[in-house]
Amino acid sequence: MTNTLHRYGSAESFQDDYIVFASPSRGKNDEGSIPKLKRFLEMALPFKPVNIGDPPHGGALRPSRNETVASHWHRDVQPRLRAVIEGINEPASVAAVFDNLQAAENFLKMVKEEDLGLCINISASIDGARKCCKFAGIAPHSIGYSLGFEGKIEKLPNTQILALTTMCGHGMISSSLGKKMIDWVKEGRRTPAEAVTYMARFCSCGIFNPSRAKRILEDARKKME
Amino acid sequence: MKINADKCVACGNCIYVCPVGAIYVDPVIKRATVDRNECVECYACYNGLSSERLNPVLVRTVRKLFQMVRLRFDPEPDICPTAAFEPEDLQWPRVVRRAFSDPRATHESTGVQGRGTEEVKTNDVTQRVKHGEVGFTIEFGRPGVGVWFRDIQKMTRALAQANVPFENKNPLTLLMSDVSTGTLREDILDEKILSAIVEIKVPLDRTEEIVQLVHEVEKDIDSVVALGVGTRCDENGEEHVVAPILERLGYRIERAKTNTGLGRVTNSVEKSLTEDVAVYD
Repeated sequence: MTNTLHRYGSAESFQDDYIVFASPSRGKNDEGSIPKLKRFLEMALPFKPVNIGDPPHGGALRPSRNETVASHWHRDVQPRLRAVIEGINEPASVAAVFDNLQAAENFLKMVKEEDLGLCINISASIDGARKCCKFAGIAPHSIGYSLGFEGKIEKLPNTQILALTTMCGHGMISSSLGKKMIDWVKEGRRTPAEAVTYMARFCSCGIFNPSRAKRILEDARKKME
Repeated sequence: MKINADKCVACGNCIYVCPVGAIYVDPVIKRATVDRNECVECYACYNGLSSERLNPVLVRTVRKLFQMVRLRFDPEPDICPTAAFEPEDLQWPRVVRRAFSDPRATHESTGVQGRGTEEVKTNDVTQRVKHGEVGFTIEFGRPGVGVWFRDIQKMTRALAQANVPFENKNPLTLLMSDVSTGTLREDILDEKILSAIVEIKVPLDRTEEIVQLVHEVEKDIDSVVALGVGTRCDENGEEHVVAPILERLGYRIERAKTNTGLGRVTNSVEKSLTEDVAVYD
């Protein structure tokens, strides 16, 4: 799966984006993996991840089927990290997203010491991933490079929208919603913190990075590309 | 996906959340409508929008009153106020749209769970990409453009002609009527999906050839392509072989996924790569 790989941006723009994820491989290390996946995310919590996710059920912020009129004024926007962990009931790639290098480094080091046996990957800038591995004393096994987007790139939106929407690698955050949120922030109809919660609910894997998104929206408020 | 016209109040929230822009308010019936030709059955509207269960007649009346005095209610943008979205019971071949577009859907149409692509994520236990080999993921349609199978076939046929073997357990491979020619099933060619990934593996010395082949064929494809290139690191965890090739070809590599090598085979009975081995995405 390439859902964390093709985020749009320069290496510098990933300074606050580190995704560490654990994957069980069917027939290899999936037996008894559910408690290990839960343990993986439990271990992430002290390092204050900005999002965690379990693809079959979602991230820390999810849509609700039972909103009421009151939600238009008092929406529950608290990430439910514990609910993600408790909801894991099948083998899947679970992810923890961090917005600083130090947290990612320390978490990866702890994961190594825990020796879960699951496949552990870090998706980040090349230099960021290298620093995390060096800190944890890990010699990486393999690497998958993103060569970015090509072909009919004229069909893609502007770079700020692209940076926002590609944080859901499955493409569930539409360009129209990304543009609408930028416009609403510029108009002062919503704060960046509010706008990112709308987008985060569409990312079903929980790999959307609200911190990075907030920064992108703040930048876009001042200067639309 | 269908929108129940009896429930829809034409608030327009769903128009903005559709990744491929397939929803519009029909000016005749004044209800949000799904363009079935463009809809890729990704379920972003159904899965991503929160729902209220307000009375549609009441909501329409309030909206009309507000419109009369040129007032606009400023509701939350990710809520369907009347829970108007209703999934359809998709039949073949339309069901493949959902399989390749909704990340929560299993590939029942292909027999593969998840998207079936392994690439380097589990390479430490599958050893799929070995030293001296390069794995490619050639992804079409994302973000938000979508792609028709007939366009994907241009690439699969070109790769087959270049004697490139396809990953056996990839869902696209399973939809080929002739793997030796890269020909996809005739009955899915007119289906549009959000994205699909062609997955191949070649010897290291074919890296440049494959990149250039992809670059050439994509000119004739009406969508975007995201190319991923995976390979093994050396004993020190460094990779100094493939990256220089890519840089020489003009790519500036900003981002990567790094397999830390912490995975181990822990199952009591290990399945080999030729068996039904897949990752869970």
